[in-house]
Amino acid sequence: MRPVLWLAPVAFAACTPATAQPDRTAEGKQAFATVHAVFLHPRCRNCHPAGDAPLQYADGRPHAQNITRRSEKNGLPCATCHRDKNGTRPNQPPGAPHWHLPPSDVRMVFEGRTPRQLCEQLKDPTKTGGRDLARLITHVQEDPLVSWGWSPGPGRDPVPIPRPQLVDAMKTWVASGAPCPD
Amino acid sequence: MNRRDFLVSSAAGALVVGCAFGPTGGPVWQHHRRTGEFKPSAWIRILPDSTIVIVIDRVEMGQGTTTSSAMMVCEELEVDPKVVKVEAASSSRAYDNPDPQLGIQITGGSTSTASSWKPLREAGAVAREMLRRGAADVWKVPLAQCVAREGAVHHGASGRSLRYGELVDAAARQDVPKVTLKKPGEWKVIGKSIDRLDAAPKVDGSGVYGIDMKLPGMRQAVVVRPPVRGAAIATLDVAAAKARRGVVDVFAIPEGIAVVAEGYWEARTAAELVKVTWHDGAGGAIDTAKLIASAEKLLDGKGDKAHAHGDAYAAVKRGTRVEARYRLPHLAHAPMEPMNATAQIRNGRCDVWAPTQAPGIAQFRVAEALGMDLQDVAIHTTMLGGGFGRRLYQDFCVEAARIAARVGPVKVTWSREDDQANDWYRPMAMSSCVGSVEGGQIVGWLHRLTCESVLAATGGDFVGPRLPNGAPRALRRMFADSPPRMFARDTILDPTSIEGTDPPYAIPNFRVEYLPLDTGVRVGSWRSVGNSHTGFVVESFFDELCVAAKLDPYEARRKLLAKAPRHLGVLELAAHKAGWGAPLPPGVGRGIAMVASFKSFCAQVIEASVEGNRVKVHRVVAAVDCGRVVNPGLVAAQVESSIIYGLSACLKQQITFAKGRVQETNFNSFRSLRMFETPVIETHIVPSTESPTGIGEPGLPPVAPALCNAIFAATGKRIRTLPIEQALGGPA
Amino acid sequence: MVKLDVNGRPEEVAAEEDMPLLWVLRDKLGLTGTKYGCGIAQCGACTVHVDGQARRSCVLPVGDVHGKKVLTIEGLAQKPEGGTVSSPVRLHAVQQAWLDENVPQCGYCQAGQIMSTVALLAANPAPTDDDIDAALSANLCRCGTYPRIRRAVHRAAAALKGEAP
Repeated sequence: MRPVLWLAPVAFAACTPATAQPDRTAEGKQAFATVHAVFLHPRCRNCHPAGDAPLQYADGRPHAQNITRRSEKNGLPCATCHRDKNGTRPNQPPGAPHWHLPPSDVRMVFEGRTPRQLCEQLKDPTKTGGRDLARLITHVQEDPLVSWGWSPGPGRDPVPIPRPQLVDAMKTWVASGAPCPD
Repeated sequence: MNRRDFLVSSAAGALVVGCAFGPTGGPVWQHHRRTGEFKPSAWIRILPDSTIVIVIDRVEMGQGTTTSSAMMVCEELEVDPKVVKVEAASSSRAYDNPDPQLGIQITGGSTSTASSWKPLREAGAVAREMLRRGAADVWKVPLAQCVAREGAVHHGASGRSLRYGELVDAAARQDVPKVTLKKPGEWKVIGKSIDRLDAAPKVDGSGVYGIDMKLPGMRQAVVVRPPVRGAAIATLDVAAAKARRGVVDVFAIPEGIAVVAEGYWEARTAAELVKVTWHDGAGGAIDTAKLIASAEKLLDGKGDKAHAHGDAYAAVKRGTRVEARYRLPHLAHAPMEPMNATAQIRNGRCDVWAPTQAPGIAQFRVAEALGMDLQDVAIHTTMLGGGFGRRLYQDFCVEAARIAARVGPVKVTWSREDDQANDWYRPMAMSSCVGSVEGGQIVGWLHRLTCESVLAATGGDFVGPRLPNGAPRALRRMFADSPPRMFARDTILDPTSIEGTDPPYAIPNFRVEYLPLDTGVRVGSWRSVGNSHTGFVVESFFDELCVAAKLDPYEARRKLLAKAPRHLGVLELAAHKAGWGAPLPPGVGRGIAMVASFKSFCAQVIEASVEGNRVKVHRVVAAVDCGRVVNPGLVAAQVESSIIYGLSACLKQQITFAKGRVQETNFNSFRSLRMFETPVIETHIVPSTESPTGIGEPGLPPVAPALCNAIFAATGKRIRTLPIEQALGGPA
Repeated sequence: MVKLDVNGRPEEVAAEEDMPLLWVLRDKLGLTGTKYGCGIAQCGACTVHVDGQARRSCVLPVGDVHGKKVLTIEGLAQKPEGGTVSSPVRLHAVQQAWLDENVPQCGYCQAGQIMSTVALLAANPAPTDDDIDAALSANLCRCGTYPRIRRAVHRAAAALKGEAP
C-alpha cells in the first residue's frame, strides 16, 4: 500500500559472520523460537496476514470493515480511522506512525508461518524488500510501527516478550549463522 | 394548543359520527379567524398563500410514513404530494392511533398505513369538499360544476379557477360535510412509487434529529449510569468532575449521576472524572449462561396451553419422532441515533423535544415523573435516527425532564455504550419442539416456548395514557400498574410472547405451551416482536419435519396451505421468482420460509453457502402481501430494510450478561451487516384489493429460518441457536 | 485557539486540542449534519474530509487538524457564484444520486455514507461493485439502505463522468 523505501540491495553476506561456531547452531535455533513467538503474536501477525485483509483481535478474524489492500485505491486508506497514536478510550482504533500493511509486492506474511518457513522468508531478501538481516534487526529495534506492539493502547495485550529480549534473540540468531529450525 | 387540536380534530372526526359544527360557531371558523388559515382537521392546514401543510401524526423513523401519509391525504385533496409541506405532529389526543390495540399517540406495530388508511383519506376529502363548496359560494354556481384539481377549484363553463389559498375564507365558513371517498380506479397518487418527501434534508445535513436540537440557553448533559441496571450508589465523589472547565452541575438522579456542562464533550469528559462505586443489587447476579441453564430446565416441564387441537401428546408417540431445541438471544435495537432528549420547564409547563415513537407515552411518563398533569406536558417529535421499537420506551425523555427541572433547558445525549447497556432488549427465547411424521405426513407438533414477557415489562406504558387527559393521577397510576402485575403473574398469557406459534399449516395434532420466564432483564418490543423468535422456531422445525418425512419443504407447505390463499400466494410467488428447484452452484443451498405477521404475509427464498464460520448470503427473494399498496417503492424499501436488519441479528448479534453487565458495549462487538455482506434482494408484491396492512416488520421473521434452512441444504448442518456465526464457531 | 478552514470559511475555535473534531463541528460551529454514532470509528456516521481525505471525526482530535481544510456534508453542495444565503444550491452529484435512488430511510448515517462516497469517487471514478464493497463497508446503516447506496454510487459515477469536459 505504501512505496517500498528500502529497496536498495545490500550485501547479504555483510551480516553473516564468518566466524560462526558450529556449536552455536542450537543456540541460534533456540533464539529464533523467540523471534517466531513474537512475530506470530496477534499484535504483529494481524498486520502481516496471509491474505489481503488485515486481521483483528487475539483470534485474528478479518478486519470487520472489509479492509483490504484495495481499500486505499477506493478512498479508504488506513488513516481514515487510524491516527499516528492510539485512541485513548476503550475500543477506539489503535494507531502509530505510518499505520499500514506490508505492500502487495513485499507481503511479509507472518500468519500461519512455521518457524522454519518464517526463518527462510526472513533470510530471503526478495521477500523482505531487499532488507538484509542487519537492517531487519534495526527495523525491529527502531521502527515506530513495530514499537506499537509493546504499547497497543487500552484493551489490547502487548507482545509479552520485551522488545530488548527480541532484539537480543535476533542478534544471537544472526550471530550464530541464522540457522533455521527443522 | 393540545385542546385546540383536539377540538378541531373532533370536527373531522364528526363526519364519521355524523354531527357537524355550524359555519360560524365551529372550530374551523374560529381557527380561521385567529390565524387566517383553513384547518379542516388536525392533519391539514391551508394558508392564504396556498401553502398546504400536511401534519404527519405517525413518526417518521425511516419507514416512509411521511410520504405514504401525505399521499393518502393528497389523493383526496387533489394536490400533488410534491408541492405540499410536511410537518411532524406534536403531542395531542387528536393523533391517537386508532388501532384498537393502541389507542394512544404512538407509532409501532406496523400500524401506520393500516390505521391511517381511512382517516387520512377522509381528512383529504373533507378539506376538498369544503373548498369546493367555498368556491361554489364565491362564484354562485352549482356545486356540481366545481372541480377540484391540482390545488385549485375550477369552473369549467366560465373557465374560472381559484387556488386553495384563495378559498380559505370561503371554505372555513362551510359545514363539515359527509364525504364519499374516491374509487380505486380514480386514484392518481395511491399505488405509485413517488419519491420520498423526506429525503432532501437527509442528504444535505440540514435535517434536525433529536440529537441536533438547540434551545436558547441550553446546556448539555450526560448521565453516568450504573454498570448493572438498578444498582444503587455506594460512594460518590463529584469534586473532580465539578472542577472541570465548562461543567455546570453534577448531581444524582434515579438513573445515575447527571453531569451538566456547556457542551457535550465537556460533559462526557467530566463524566469520566466522577468517582462512584455501586451496590450491584439483584441485577448483579444476571448471567446469560445461568439464564440459559435455568430456561433449559424449565422446558422439561409442561407449560400453559397457548394453542391446541387434536391430541399432540399422543401423536408424537407415533411414526418417526423429531426433537429439537432452539435458542435465540437477547438483542439490542441499536438504532444509528443514540437515545437523547431536550427538555425545558417554564411557567408550569414542560416541553420535551425528542426522537420518540410514542409521544403519548412520553407525555404520560414525563408528567408522572414531574408530578404534572398530562396537559401541561408537550412532546415535540424531532426526526428519528431509526427506531425499531427502542423509541417506544421513554426513559430518555423522563431523565431529560428531571435534569431540566434542576438546571433549565438541557439536552441529554446517551453514548453508544449507554444505549447498548440500557436497552429494552428483545426477549431471550427458548423452545423445545417434538414432532412426528408418518406416511410422508406431519401428524404431530408439540411446541414448548419460554421467554420473558414484553407486556409485563412495558404494558403499563400503553394503558396509563389511554385515560382521557383530565383523569386523576392516582387512577392513571393504578391503570398503568395493572398490566405488569397481570402478565408477570401469568394471569394473562402475553400475546406478544406466543404470536406466530400457530402457523396456518393443517397439522392434525397440534399443541403449543408457554412457560413464563423471569430473568430480571428489561425487555421490550424489537422489530416484529414475538414473531422475531417464533418465526424462526416454527419455520425451522417445519423444515426439520420435512427432512424427516422426505418432503420438499416448498411442496409440503403448499399442500398444507390449501385453505390459506394469501399465505399460499406469497409462498408460490417467492418460490416461482427464486426458481425453486433449479440447480445451484456447488456448495450453495436454498431455503424457504413463510411467516404472516401484522396482518401481512411474507415468504422468502434465500440462497447461501458456508466457508468455515462465515456465511455468504447470495440472494434473498421475498414476496409480500400487505393488502393495497400506497407506494410500492416504499414497500420494497421496508422489505429490504427488514431483511438486512434480520440478517444482522441472525448472523451476528446477541446481548449477553456477565455479573449483570452487558458484554456487547459498542458496534465492534454488537456487529451489524455491512455493505460487502449484503446479498442481492428482490421484492415482489402480490396484488391485492384488501385494506392495507403492516410492512415495517413483516419482512423480518422469515429471514432467520429461510437462511438456516438454506445452510442446512448447503451443508447438512442444522443451526438451532442464534447467532449463526457464533454457532458455526465464529467470534463471540 | 485552533484555526481551521471549514467548508471554505476560516474559523478560529476556542477548544481544547484533544476535543474530537466531531464535537467542535456540532457544538462549537453549529454544523450538526455530521453525526455521532459510536465514538470509536466503527460506524462512519461522523465522516468528514480533512485536506481531501475521508476521516472519522469522532476519533480525530481538533488539534490534529490545526491549519487544515475540513469539508462537511453542509459544504458539499455548491452555492451559485455571488449567491446569497437563501439562493438555491446545486447539490453534489452524489447527493443528487441519493435523491434519485430514494436512498435515505431514517437518514442518520447518510451524511457519512455520502462523504465516504465522494472520497471513493475522487480516488476511483469508475468503481466496480467490489470497489464499492471495499470503500463503503466501513459505514454502517441500520435501516439497510445498502442496495440503494450501491445503485446511487453507480449513478453518481456516471453523472460525474458525463459532466467531465
